[in-house]
Amino acid sequence: MKPPPFEYFAPASLDEALALMAEHGWDAKPLAGGQSLIPMMNFRLAQPEVLVDLNPVGELAYIRPADDGGVLIGAMTRHKVVQFDELIAERAPLVHDAMPRIATHQVRNRGTFGGSLAHADPAAELVSISLTLNARLKLQSASGERWVAAEDFFLGLFTTALEPEEILTEIHLPPMPGRSGWSLQEVARRPHDFALMGVAAVVTLDEDGRCAAASLSYLSAGDRPMKGEHASQVLLGEKPSAELFRAAAEAGASQDIEPSDDIHASAEFRRHLANVLTRRALEEAFARAAA
Amino acid sequence: MSKLFDLQVTVNGKSYQRQVEPRMLLSDFLRHELGLTGTHVGCEHGVCGACTVLFDGEPVRSCLMFAPQAHGHEIITVEGLGTIDQLHPLQEAFRDAHGLQCGFCTPGFLTSLVPFLESHPNPTEDEIREAISGNLCRCTGYVHIVEAVKLAAEKMHGGQA
Ligand SMILES: Cc1cc2nc3c(=O)[nH]c(=O)nc-3n(C[C@H](O)[C@H](O)[C@H](O)COP(=O)(O)OP(=O)(O)OC[C@H]3O[C@@H](n4cnc5c(N)ncnc54)[C@H](O)[C@@H]3O)c2cc1C
Ligand code: FES
Ligand code: FES
Repeated sequence: MKPPPFEYFAPASLDEALALMAEHGWDAKPLAGGQSLIPMMNFRLAQPEVLVDLNPVGELAYIRPADDGGVLIGAMTRHKVVQFDELIAERAPLVHDAMPRIATHQVRNRGTFGGSLAHADPAAELVSISLTLNARLKLQSASGERWVAAEDFFLGLFTTALEPEEILTEIHLPPMPGRSGWSLQEVARRPHDFALMGVAAVVTLDEDGRCAAASLSYLSAGDRPMKGEHASQVLLGEKPSAELFRAAAEAGASQDIEPSDDIHASAEFRRHLANVLTRRALEEAFARAAA
Repeated sequence: MSKLFDLQVTVNGKSYQRQVEPRMLLSDFLRHELGLTGTHVGCEHGVCGACTVLFDGEPVRSCLMFAPQAHGHEIITVEGLGTIDQLHPLQEAFRDAHGLQCGFCTPGFLTSLVPFLESHPNPTEDEIREAISGNLCRCTGYVHIVEAVKLAAEKMHGGQA
């Protein structure tokens, strides 16, 4: 199908883009990589009256070291750039590992980090990972800026804390503490397809080799990225063991997710996958933390 | 109808100026405005890959861009890869190795693979399968496409093992 008519603006700077968003508010949408918005417009599931194209706003595409040892990512940084960036590989290995699983290379040539988060698809890797990593998101408008934690950003299916006139401009990924390990586990028809179920985990060991911190989140497991609170509770203060991983996986798969039935998989099968994938994620993450 | 956009774009080395509605997809612009019907349209939601073109040298879905977004940029479509008399070695290889049957998917495969073969002169089968994983073919079963890519790599970079 074809998209409905709209007015098109190609601002050359962030200030110009913010002014356009302030002027057009509810009727306007930023256009990033267009890899989710344009399909939705082609299906007429989205019918914005105004598009503010962020592609000419070069100042929003960057990856920089953050003072705290983490990374700052400009919202318009394309998946392809993140995939091959050395700083990301070093400081945010979970993100690095996720990139080849996000769509095919033609889509990664256009799709952006900020667009993926703003779109808030609960099946998207970066959405769940930003929750696992406790990312912070910078939201700007013509009248100011605010930082929002990933936890407070994702409100529901395709729904975020963004106000109509706001643009997501920067993502801060804090560093992982020492003695930490990570893992991303998914089941998908093909590696880069949207996953039927997935889990992203970061765990940290203390001096005695006990679990000092654990952060898990699930993708394709509810109407938003689902935090593995119960799974983490089982792990905290304990020594890693196969038995512990089984108990945590059981808790995560039964209490932390709200999967639904669709044409791709039943909710029951998704819970089964969550259980198996959590166990695998914990094995890999704790092995990396101990290494 | 919304305000028309004054578009200047270079396609296959030739500069074009056109007034377009902002909502016109790049795929439709290439096909309907420029008559370059080698770019095919299968799904219009980014899944099939038939509409793939090179945008500033990189393969992208032309069904997931609006024509005005190409303003000031360079596009290469399947028509720009070779001529009837002198096919691109990749096109020759597709013909010689039976990498196509109906040919609907072929332009998308070719445009996706040209930059791939430049960065992977001697690709493994796994690399080839990954490179074509964003393009659907309903006829060939892919085996002959993989063969064609191997043959093209030999033709283009022969002996560089
Ligand atoms: C065939 C196909 C397969 C895919 N497979 C996967 C997959 O396996 N995993 C995955 O995670 N993703 C997948 N995607 C989605 C892809 O990663 C998209 O690129 C991404 O979800 C959206 O990013 P975008 O830059 O294209 O955003 P757009 O499509 O441009 O925008 C998406 C939404 O976010 C808003 N928006 C964008 N940027 C901003 C901003 N800076 N501030 C405020 N609002 C903003 C837009 O207004 C729009 O509502 C797939 C896409 C396709 C077409
Ligand atoms: S028509 Fe563009 S990907 Fe199918
Ligand atoms: S040759 Fe017919 S779809 Fe590929």
